[in-house]
Amino acid sequence: MLSADEKRELDAEAAHYRDRRALGIEALKIVQRHRGWISDAALGDAAAAIGLPPAELEGVASFYNLLFRRPVGRHVVLACDGVSCWIAGCERLLQAAAERHGLRPGETDADGRFTLLPVACLGACDRAPVALVDEDLHGNLDPERLAEVLARYG
Amino acid sequence: MDRPLTGNIGPDGPLDLAGYERAGGYQALRKALRDLAPADVTKMVSDSGLRGRGGAGFPTGQKWSFVPMGAAAPRPKYLVANADEMEPGTFKDRLLMEGDPHLLVEGMILAAYAVQADVAYVFMRGEYHLPARRVRQAIGEAYARGYLGPDILGSGYRLEMHVHTSAGRYLCGEETALLNALEGKRAIPRAKPPFPQAAGLWGKPTVVNNVETLCNVPHIVARGPAWYRGLGRTRDAGTKIYGASGKVRRPGAWELPMGTPIREILEEHAGGMRPGHAFRGLLPGGASTDFLVAEHLDLPMDFDSIAHAGSRLGTGTMIVLDDRTCPVGMVRNLEWFFARESCGWCTPCRDGLPWVAYVLDDLEDGRGRPEDLALLAEQARLLGPGHTYCAHAPGAMEPLQSALKYFGDDFARHAHEHRCPWR
Ligand SMILES: Cc1cc2nc3c(=O)[nH]c(=O)nc-3n(C[C@H](O)[C@H](O)[C@H](O)COP(=O)(O)O)c2cc1C
Ligand code: SF4
Ligand code: FES
Repeated sequence: MLSADEKRELDAEAAHYRDRRALGIEALKIVQRHRGWISDAALGDAAAAIGLPPAELEGVASFYNLLFRRPVGRHVVLACDGVSCWIAGCERLLQAAAERHGLRPGETDADGRFTLLPVACLGACDRAPVALVDEDLHGNLDPERLAEVLARYG
Repeated sequence: MDRPLTGNIGPDGPLDLAGYERAGGYQALRKALRDLAPADVTKMVSDSGLRGRGGAGFPTGQKWSFVPMGAAAPRPKYLVANADEMEPGTFKDRLLMEGDPHLLVEGMILAAYAVQADVAYVFMRGEYHLPARRVRQAIGEAYARGYLGPDILGSGYRLEMHVHTSAGRYLCGEETALLNALEGKRAIPRAKPPFPQAAGLWGKPTVVNNVETLCNVPHIVARGPAWYRGLGRTRDAGTKIYGASGKVRRPGAWELPMGTPIREILEEHAGGMRPGHAFRGLLPGGASTDFLVAEHLDLPMDFDSIAHAGSRLGTGTMIVLDDRTCPVGMVRNLEWFFARESCGWCTPCRDGLPWVAYVLDDLEDGRGRPEDLALLAEQARLLGPGHTYCAHAPGAMEPLQSALKYFGDDFARHAHEHRCPWR
């Protein structure tokens, strides 16, 4: 079952759409926000709340990059590997993330602090290379600045 | 010079409602609701020559004119602002939404009025947290002031507006896949026809327009089509947000008259190439456009001129290739992007794009063979227009086919030397 908070958030969104099925992505994002990731139980709760078979909602969940069906760290780092960031040296950055911080694409570091995910262009190519940590965008990164940025997140 | 799209954007953050009104904001909406019939607004936009800024350049007024009107039209009708902006190398809609969110909101209300839509959505990519906050704030202010809601400014026109934040997939930007995503489904394209204007969201008439397209509308209504046409330097109307990324001195985005020559954008605005780097080519409007090279630098950046040169204006934000960056590596990066973002619906795209990307891996990693060039050229043909369900795969082939044309020697060197000469 959804928690009271989750249900309240979903009800607020419900008014925006013509049918409850359209709430699928929103419901998944809400449980993810509250529970960190979308476990099978969370997926079942979201599906029940909008009246959709879990298998059908799973089809939606598995399609989108930002819906996490595995546990993630306390912070999610979306590192842009789009073309402008590639020209600006994002590969060097990914290498530094692995060597200095133990962060590999698609994985969570040993102490569960960060999950690193490569992502398509973040729409800030004039500040390439860029990465999004949770909701904050950081641009003009190099290995030194990356270390500084990561140090800010506990 | 007139900068209708970015004139309000300054270093101190976006204007709030009062500031936007002081700058002349919502006057166009007041004028439309007081003096203009919906068809008049559509006609003004048609006469202005505005073409869609989402990439395809379809005439905006004409698009609106396909929406069924009158008492017998199916209801509700929908307007959607496409704020998915995931085309690599593109960073213009973010600028508009962060910098002047009320301009988008006013443009959407006017567009919705023109087609008599009942509900409007901003379809925003999930990674755009700050733009989402700012647009939501602007929508809230517009409701509070009576610019949105059941009886806008006492005119009897009624409109709801919501922000939908997506969950990250490039294909959501394709307008029919976007409709599926908004309905809570996998973002897989729909067959056309029927076009969204006839049967879109939940089967009802729907207009999808890009953010930048919609931001032009308040100015066209306020100052008239003739003024708007006069802004362009060529036959193409209005201003355009151009951008440049890559090894230029000052990467950025600038609002300039439509038809500003490429050279002027690169040299005067982007400051030319960085010291130690020479220009080799550029993608004029995002990842899915064909390369242009030095011989094209004096072309005006407008829809027709760039199309005549064999490419597309696309989003108008260019990605510059320099002589210290490997063209094969750049194309490899692009093709992995397209392979990863394929929705998987049709086989040529789902299976063909990774295949192309693996061949490029081979070339870059020293396993290439001379016959790989012909193989890539063949794939570029087989995945081109007409062989796949949507424009994703053909878009992916644009940088590949043009790279083979202009940088073929570099591809051949990779195959013959069994290494990337840039590494
Ligand atoms: C694969 C693909 C991705 C697209 N992504 C976007 C996008 O992110 N934003 C956008 O405005 N248009 C995008 N488009 C174009 C839209 O399908 C549509 O043409 C556009 O939103 C129409 O708006 P306009 O007429 O105002 O340009 C994309 C098209 C394709 C084929
Ligand atoms: S071309 Fe690619 S993205 Fe488009 S429908 Fe086919 S598989 Fe999906
Ligand atoms: S390519 Fe990285 S932000 Fe655009």
